[in-house]
Parts: sequence; structure tokens; C-alpha cells
Amino acid sequence: MSAQAAAPHSVLFDAPGPKMRQTIGLVNLGGVIVILAVLVWAGWRLHAAGQLSAYRWNVVIEGDTWVYYLLPGLLHTLEAAAIAVVGAVIFGLVFGMGRLSQSAPIRLLSGAIVEFFRAVPVLLMMIFLWYFLPGIYSSLGWVHPPDPSFVAVVIALILYNGSVCADLIRTGVHNLPSGQGEAAAAIGLTPRQALSNVLVPQALLAMLPALIAQLVVALKDSALGQIIAYSELLNEAVLRGGIIRVLPSLVVAAAIFIIINYSLGKLGEYVGSRMRSRTSPLDPETAEDLPMNVTAKAAAIIIEPVDQDGYSQTGWRDEPWQDWRGDPLRSHLRIGPEKPHED
Amino acid sequence: MGFLGGYGQVLADSSVLGAFWVNITLTFWSAIIALVLGTAAAAMRISPFTSFRAVSTLFVNIFRDIPLTVVMVMMSLVVSMALGVQFSNDLNLDAYVLAVIGLGLYHSAFVAEALRSGVNTVPLGQAEAARAIGLTFSQSASLVVLPQAFRGAIAPLGNTLIALIKNTTVATAVGVAAQTSGLMKGMIEIHANYVFAIFMTFALGYVIIVIPVGLATTALSRRLAVKR
Repeated sequence: MSAQAAAPHSVLFDAPGPKMRQTIGLVNLGGVIVILAVLVWAGWRLHAAGQLSAYRWNVVIEGDTWVYYLLPGLLHTLEAAAIAVVGAVIFGLVFGMGRLSQSAPIRLLSGAIVEFFRAVPVLLMMIFLWYFLPGIYSSLGWVHPPDPSFVAVVIALILYNGSVCADLIRTGVHNLPSGQGEAAAAIGLTPRQALSNVLVPQALLAMLPALIAQLVVALKDSALGQIIAYSELLNEAVLRGGIIRVLPSLVVAAAIFIIINYSLGKLGEYVGSRMRSRTSPLDPETAEDLPMNVTAKAAAIIIEPVDQDGYSQTGWRDEPWQDWRGDPLRSHLRIGPEKPHED
Repeated sequence: MGFLGGYGQVLADSSVLGAFWVNITLTFWSAIIALVLGTAAAAMRISPFTSFRAVSTLFVNIFRDIPLTVVMVMMSLVVSMALGVQFSNDLNLDAYVLAVIGLGLYHSAFVAEALRSGVNTVPLGQAEAARAIGLTFSQSASLVVLPQAFRGAIAPLGNTLIALIKNTTVATAVGVAAQTSGLMKGMIEIHANYVFAIFMTFALGYVIIVIPVGLATTALSRRLAVKR
């Protein structure tokens, strides 16, 4: 078993023998030579274009760059993403529970809203809001309205990421063992109480790694604000770079984005593996029969299936006509009284 | 002339369908680049050669964690303007090619991850069984492991395609004005009183495109899923 852990791609390749090790060494040597050649060529081309001059790259270490441009820009980026993620969780709670509601009109309306905002490009929402908000401000008679580009970025991010969160909550509740909904019904909770007191809290905790992944999506999409003149990191880097120093300035901005998002991605992976192993040291594949706690079990189901853009990896969405099957919320209705009584 | 009649005139004067067609062709060409680059990156990522794996990991991590807008602004301000790379004398075509390359590079990282996750869905026992019945490496890869891997990769590849369709709107950052986000902005600026109707027109256009693609890829991935 330990040999498998050492060779990460063992599905395709056996552990290398002496002959293969020699081949790997030769190919690696060739690979390193090619990489160095590409780097030298790129460096020479950049030098020939004058892009490597000290004046251009000094922009990276000049205090003004950081104090007046990059750090305020980064702050605006983080601000928009943080507010958006908090708003997205609230939006997701409202519409995720709406999609699980007992009332068909609420279910359909929530479903339509969630599907709509998942399908519309975030940039279109931002551009629309950017033009739409000033009219709202003046009709409300606000004297000092908030920056419309900031509000447009935040609302667009909330609508998209909130819709993704709504689906995460729905998937999370569906993935809970049906005994949870049945137990809630057995102690006399109404379906709504079961949802808000028993099912959604467990789904929320299981969502934590997916939420961190969603924060990365929000951070990346906040850069769309550059197009509607929000003073976030990319916008500030473009301003600082001007025409001459745009290459180093944008490289620094890109590096900041990559470092933050990569770290958040690693944090999400760590939280995910922690939650999966919370009650069981074994992997989720074989954890089926173990007395794992419910949240860890749901986490094992939800964590993997969500990619960076928030789409479920195992399917674009659950088919509505499959909703009742294995659904802890509705399965108790089938075994419960004929008509669910509302208190 | 009522609101509907007035808006009908606005629609008649603008080529909304033409703009969506630009996004669809952008999706097509960048999907081809993303598939080629992504497959190469995934092949390097699962190869036994350490240097290949390192290059592929670096490439995927960079393009997965960088915002698409940064890539597109770099294509415009750095590649085109600072470095003077020119693909065509026609400025519109030049912007179009830059947008396709930027979109292709960005999404190739997600294609690579989708393919890799497909390989990861294949249980080790499949490879062991293939070896046990005496299949060579190439037989085991082409007959047992990769067919299952591609089936497992369909759902995440479909999600990448949906993301790509929506992300073609960011081509506006490179200066492709004829596509939806550029046209929507232009229409709103001229007909400010129809701002909501204009947005809903483009939004519903995306709903009509994206939801069937999502349903189709989900159905396909379910149909082809390896039963385990």
C-alpha cells in the first residue's frame, strides 16, 4: 500500500524498474534542457523588446506602486469578494431552502431564479447593474450614493455565487441520510422545522470546503470589475503600469491573485480532508459502512464533486423528477401521515 | 408607439443574433485550443516523467488561479501592445485571435483538471486486473484505463464548456466589440430607457444556450457513466 502512495499515477504505470528509471532520468534531462531553452529564448525576446529594462521593473519595488495602487486595489478586491461571499451564503440559504420547500410555487420560483442567475454571465449582470444603479439612486434621492461600480460588482457576484450556494445546500440536504429527516418527523417537527433545524445546519457544515472554493471564484470574478471601472487590483495595476511599465505591473498583480487563490485552494483541500477524516481515518470510498458522523459522510459526498466554477462534477444539476428519491425531506412524507399537518 | 413597439425597433436596429453568433464561434475556436493544450497538459501530468509533471502542474496552477480578466487584459496590453505581437492587419480580427488564445489558455487548465479527475475515477483494481490477465502497458492504457477515464471526465468537461460559453463575454477586455457584452453595453448607452429590457434579452439568450448544454452533458455523462 505504501508503494501506491509513493507513485501517484499508479493506475496507468507500474512502479519503475531499473531500466525505466534510467529512461526517466534521460527524459528529465531532456525536459530540463528544453525548459531552460524556452526560458532563455523568452528572456532574450523580452530583452530585445526592451521589456527587461531596470526602469520598467523598478515599478515592482517602488513604494508608491504599493502604497497608492496595488495595496488599495487589493483591499478593494478582497472587500468585494468578502461581502459577496457572505451575501452569497445568505442568498443561497434563502433560495436553497426555497427549492426544498413544501410549496410547489415557492419551489418553482426559487428554481427559476437559481437557474437563471447560474446561466447568465457575471459580466453581463455587472454591466447592466452599472448602468441601472445610478437611475435607482436618483429615484431614491440619495445624496451620497455608494460607488455604483462597487455595488454592481458585489451584487453580480452575490447573484451568481449565491445561486451556486443554493444548489450546494440542496445537494447537501439530499446527500444526508434519509434517517435524519425521518427522525425529525418522528419527534414531531414540521417539514419546515426539520429543514431549518436539522437538515440545513448539517448541510451547511458539510459545505465549508465548497464555500472556500466559491471564495476563490468570487475573488477571480471580482477582477471583472476592471471592465466597469471598479478600482480593484487589476484596474490599479493597469493604471500604475501606464503604457511603458504595463508588463511588470500586470505580472505583479497576476502573481498576487495566483498566490492568494492557490493558498485558498490548499486551505479548502485541507478543510475537506479534515472533515472527511473527522470520525474515520479511512477514505470516503470505503467509509460506507463505518459509523461515521452524518456531516462527515455528507462532506465526503459533496466535497469532491464541485469544481472551481462551482458546477457539480458529477452532474450539472440534479434532475427535478429525481428529487423525491433518497430525499430525507420527502421520504418521511411517504412513511408519515397521508397529509402533512402544519402546526 | 408603445414600449414594446419602441423596443422592437431597438432590437430590429441591432444584430443581437449576430453578437451571439460571435460568442458561439469564440467558444468553438477556444474550445479547440483548450482541448488540445489541456489534453497535452493532462498527459504530461499523469506521465511518469518528473519534469513533465512539474511543468504541467505549474501551468495548470497558474491558469486555474489567475482571473480570466487578467489573462485577457494581458493579451491586449502586454502581448499585443507592449510586445507588438500582431496576428492580422485587420484590428477586429487581431482582437478576435487574441481573445481566442486567451480563452483557450485559461480553459485548457480546467480541461486538464477534468481529464485528470477522469483518470482518478478509475479504481486501481482495474489496472491491476489488466496487468493480471497479461495486458501490456499500452493495451492496459488504451483498452482498460483511458476509456473509463474519458467517461468519467465528461461531466467536468461539460461544466468547463458551460463556463467557456459564459466567459466569452470577457472578450470585451481585448476589444472584441461585436460580441454580446460589447453590443449590450453599446445598446444600453444609446437606448438608456430600455436598460432592463436590453439586459433581459441578452440574459435570456444565455439561458436558452446554457441550460440545454447543461442538460445534454449531464444526460451524456449519466448514460456513459461506468457503473461501479
